[in-house]
Amino acid sequence: MPARIVVLGGGVAGTLTANLLAADLKGDARVAVVDPSGMHHYQPGYLYLALGKAQGRWLCRDERQLLRPNVDLVIDEARRIDPAGGTVELSHGGTLEWDYLVLATGARLVPELVPGLREASYHFYSLEEAHRLRERLRTFRGGRLHVGVAAMPYKCPPAPVEFILMTDHYLRDRGIRDRTELTLLSPVNRAFPIESVSRMVQPILDEKHINLMPFFNVEEFDPSAGTITSLEGEKVESDLPIIVPPHRGQQIIVDSGLGDVSGWVPTDRHTLQVEGQDRIFAMGDATNLPISKSGSTAHFEAPVVASRIASFVKGTAPKENYGGRVMCFLETGHGKATVLRFDYEHPPAPPTPSPVWHWAKWALNRLYWHTVPKDRFPDNLPLPIPMGQKETWR
Amino acid sequence: MPGVTHIDRSIDARGLPCPGPLMSLIGAIREGQVGDVIEILSSDQGTKTDLPAWIHKAGHELIEVDEEDGFARFVVRKAR
Repeated sequence: MPARIVVLGGGVAGTLTANLLAADLKGDARVAVVDPSGMHHYQPGYLYLALGKAQGRWLCRDERQLLRPNVDLVIDEARRIDPAGGTVELSHGGTLEWDYLVLATGARLVPELVPGLREASYHFYSLEEAHRLRERLRTFRGGRLHVGVAAMPYKCPPAPVEFILMTDHYLRDRGIRDRTELTLLSPVNRAFPIESVSRMVQPILDEKHINLMPFFNVEEFDPSAGTITSLEGEKVESDLPIIVPPHRGQQIIVDSGLGDVSGWVPTDRHTLQVEGQDRIFAMGDATNLPISKSGSTAHFEAPVVASRIASFVKGTAPKENYGGRVMCFLETGHGKATVLRFDYEHPPAPPTPSPVWHWAKWALNRLYWHTVPKDRFPDNLPLPIPMGQKETWR
Repeated sequence: MPGVTHIDRSIDARGLPCPGPLMSLIGAIREGQVGDVIEILSSDQGTKTDLPAWIHKAGHELIEVDEEDGFARFVVRKAR
């Protein structure tokens, strides 16, 4: 009897893992992806959409088109997992039985955790909100524009810095940059959480006259006064606050007793198995791992999860481990970008921003649908992207 | 070792890269009550400067810092 493998979530993590498993195991497994919408979103595109550089229709595809024919797609919301019984309960009735389960459930946005956030601010972390921000920016005539994050962790750590640098470019093109004060509100004491990247970003912010307010963890908004107050006790007035909302793990993770207090799944950093569970794996944004919540992380985790499950099905010893590998771009505006390559032990050492990396990102944006989810992205491109030295305690 | 005997919450953030330990402390401060004493262990190099700087800016009290073998221990009192 073929092994029953259920993948919860049809994002890049779930889609690529399901395709890898189906290609490897063929008739030895029955692979099903469960996704509430059946639509796959290319989330890195939201930033471009908000700035008028992408269309919404470029960023969504029918999940069925991305899955191999021998992967089942169940369009339904998974409500509860029974880890001991090996079942998943679905919203519209019915239960799926599994021998191996993959949690690729992603993160959810919870703006309601910050008083006033939903009413007073904008963001670009969903298709709808990116559209709303694009319309707001179109009518913006200048003033105080702030970009920040409400809490960590959040998806795509470079996005706020990218957004403010690209907004500088956008406002210059519209001729209203000199009427706009741009400020980055950073939760840490530098422009970017990782120090090596911050050292590269800070001079670019200085050159573009973008202010930095360090140690500003958003605590609450006063929509009527137009103010943002930080946990550290500072208050700023803003005409256009663009704040990444807090993120949490999905409710099904909490309801099934598989998450920590924030709903993130405690996950072994190398095997990607859920702690205390032999047959459940977690990946992508759903985990509690100390690594970026990003599509790139999911992309590099997928072969590890697929390979380890395939080994169990075949009765061989699993060999693949995840070393924290991530590679992502960071747009710096005016047609330039840099690239971050790092892992658990080596911080990024980003090269000087150049048009080459900007066009590489642009190519990925357009080729994503034909490459990453379908495992057609070359795994070991000979790209000259350095990493930093392993840090030691001293 | 420690002079503070009462710890309300202890966080072992060893192994977390920067800014993980700081974010763990910020989370504990958000959830805690004024007067709570929080202990945090970190093996990240940057924490040695980032954590005291944040505690100072946010108006809390850094009660103790101990360097152990391969990590540091910070004890913080939530002051407001």
